[in-house]
Amino acid sequence: MISSIIFTVVFIISGTFFFVNAKKIKRNILLGKNISIQDNKKERIKTMLLVAFGQKKMFNRPIPAILHLFLYVAFVITQIELIEIIFDGITGSHRAFRPALGSFYTFMVSLIEILSVLAFIGTIAFLARRNLLKVPRLVKNELNGWPKLDANLILIAEIVLICFIFMMNGADEVLYSKGLSHATDLNDNTFNFSISKYIGPLLYGGMPDAGLHMIERIGWWGHFSMVVAFLNYLPFSKHLHIILAFPNTYFSNLKSKGNFTNLFEVTDVVKPNFDTAYQPLLDPNAAIKFGVKDVTDLTWKNLLDAYSCTECGRCTSVCPQNMTGKTLSPRKIMMDTRDRLVEVGKNIDANKGTFVDDGKSLLGDYTSSEEIWACNTCNACVQECPINIDPLSIIVGMRQQLVLEQSSAPTELNGMFSNLENNGAPWQFSPADRANWINEN
Amino acid sequence: MSDTVIHVPTMQEKIAKGETPDILFWVGCSGSFDDRAKKITKAIVKILNHVGANFAVLGVEESCTGDPAKRAGNEFLFQMQAFQNITILNGYDVKKIVTGCPHCFNTIKNEYPELGGKYEVIHHTELVQQLINEGKLKVEGGAYKGKKIVFHDPCYLGRANNVYEAPREVIQKLDAELVEMKRSKANGLCCGAGGAQMFKEAENGTKEVNVERAEEALSQNPDVIAVGCPFCNTMMTDGVKHFNKEEQTKVLDVAELIANANDL
Repeated sequence: MISSIIFTVVFIISGTFFFVNAKKIKRNILLGKNISIQDNKKERIKTMLLVAFGQKKMFNRPIPAILHLFLYVAFVITQIELIEIIFDGITGSHRAFRPALGSFYTFMVSLIEILSVLAFIGTIAFLARRNLLKVPRLVKNELNGWPKLDANLILIAEIVLICFIFMMNGADEVLYSKGLSHATDLNDNTFNFSISKYIGPLLYGGMPDAGLHMIERIGWWGHFSMVVAFLNYLPFSKHLHIILAFPNTYFSNLKSKGNFTNLFEVTDVVKPNFDTAYQPLLDPNAAIKFGVKDVTDLTWKNLLDAYSCTECGRCTSVCPQNMTGKTLSPRKIMMDTRDRLVEVGKNIDANKGTFVDDGKSLLGDYTSSEEIWACNTCNACVQECPINIDPLSIIVGMRQQLVLEQSSAPTELNGMFSNLENNGAPWQFSPADRANWINEN
Repeated sequence: MSDTVIHVPTMQEKIAKGETPDILFWVGCSGSFDDRAKKITKAIVKILNHVGANFAVLGVEESCTGDPAKRAGNEFLFQMQAFQNITILNGYDVKKIVTGCPHCFNTIKNEYPELGGKYEVIHHTELVQQLINEGKLKVEGGAYKGKKIVFHDPCYLGRANNVYEAPREVIQKLDAELVEMKRSKANGLCCGAGGAQMFKEAENGTKEVNVERAEEALSQNPDVIAVGCPFCNTMMTDGVKHFNKEEQTKVLDVAELIANANDL
């Protein structure tokens, strides 16, 4: 009875906490500029199913893809067991679904156990890749400090969670075989779960009954506590991708990657020079800002990208500039964007719902112009992202800011601009000579 | 390749004669002014003339598409260029454009329609592929028969627009051995020129991007590094020179391969 109350209270508090923090994230994302992404619903659902649910792009690198698949499938399927845990926790029952589901119950828990073992292997491999093998993209500078700790914490939590599952099922198996489990006795002497029917007796076979009950309860409460802790850790972690990968791929760009957005605020000013019938739609007296200085100049999709990023660094590993030693790292662009957005969100929380200028901005305080000017706009980062994040549109937005608002393009580019303006070519050739090649030998 | 003077009609001449060209050949700034790229332009023209295509160029009426300005963040300059070009193209009622440069191709194909410039746009390697498939252009290996050719994907043709097969199919018609770099097609590595990097010094680092890419291409010991972009051509040529391999490995555009093989 007491445990049911404790369970229900913890469940409600943790759920509320998560809800409050999730709402803050939604609010932060919506600080971005409003763009409409309503088109092509069928194609969008297909993209989401293939890329997020089906992990299509992960399989460009088979080894991490398979390891990741273990964790992903285990995570998704284990949620089914959570339904029973919540039910048992609130009502005080134990394995309430087993009598009704019978062999299907055995199958489901067995499947969860097998997946848990695979996830355990995957997690150990991931820890090794980060900390022992030091896979280059997983030990880059931008991961120093919190990002590295964040990654390891998630993996360690995963291992602890799996241990709890086997404590719970293993000890309960031994108890059940002795007729001491709190589960309804179906006179079958064993739960017959794929893994715990072996490791239960192996690990706990010789234990006294009181110890078995304690191990079982530690496993059960431990499992539940890890889920609750994990849920509430998500909003502060890169691990948010397990939720946001789905909306992020749904809203991802379906156009050609080479198609960069034409700024309407520019079209509105330029078009009347060529089309006298065109009536500008924007108020000429309103202050218009060009490009991206801070996170609020980005679109909500850019900000969703930032929260969805799990810092895997595939983008950075294929960036031609990063691999040749430049400071540009597409992953860092995404991390900077999220860090700054979180800072802006905290500012809003601290100032009763309005942002008070803190003299800082994404461009300059987080991301340097050196990083921005190094980009080849080659789209390798966009192509590589397993969940269709687009660092390039953020980079181009910052270039627009540097050129159109701050007039601080590199000198050579200013030279190119003036050639283009005067000669219609990026070099200093006369436009009158453009067709000379026709008569040259 | 014979270097006789070739005939290239301009749009203005054609219209004056009351003719309507089927194709506008968009030459691009590199193809018009850069000495190396002019050879690619001529190779494309030779192919067009060889098949008797009814085409024209804009000549002095052509102006930069605005691509380097846009990638460098100068949206005003880009749109000024775009509207100027669209006004001219629409004035001639152009329907189909073939470009000699993937950057022009990408910009006109993807970014002009919203500004009022709607055309069928193809890259010159796609045109060559079409001509071969339609039986209008017969290709024999000639000098390239059995040679080892590696194709470097231009970012703005490949990843940006998913054109991977056209240049490869054309190269295979030469009876050459087409080899792939580890990083090819969607995983292709940039030559280092894109994003307006062509026009500025690189930031501080440990290596130039074109050296990284040329190294990868040269590791296949190719006779030819085939490209489909005048900027890639410059970068790869410089990269090959960096390794002193210009005797063994030539950097050539797909159009040049076809024109050379057919002795045009």
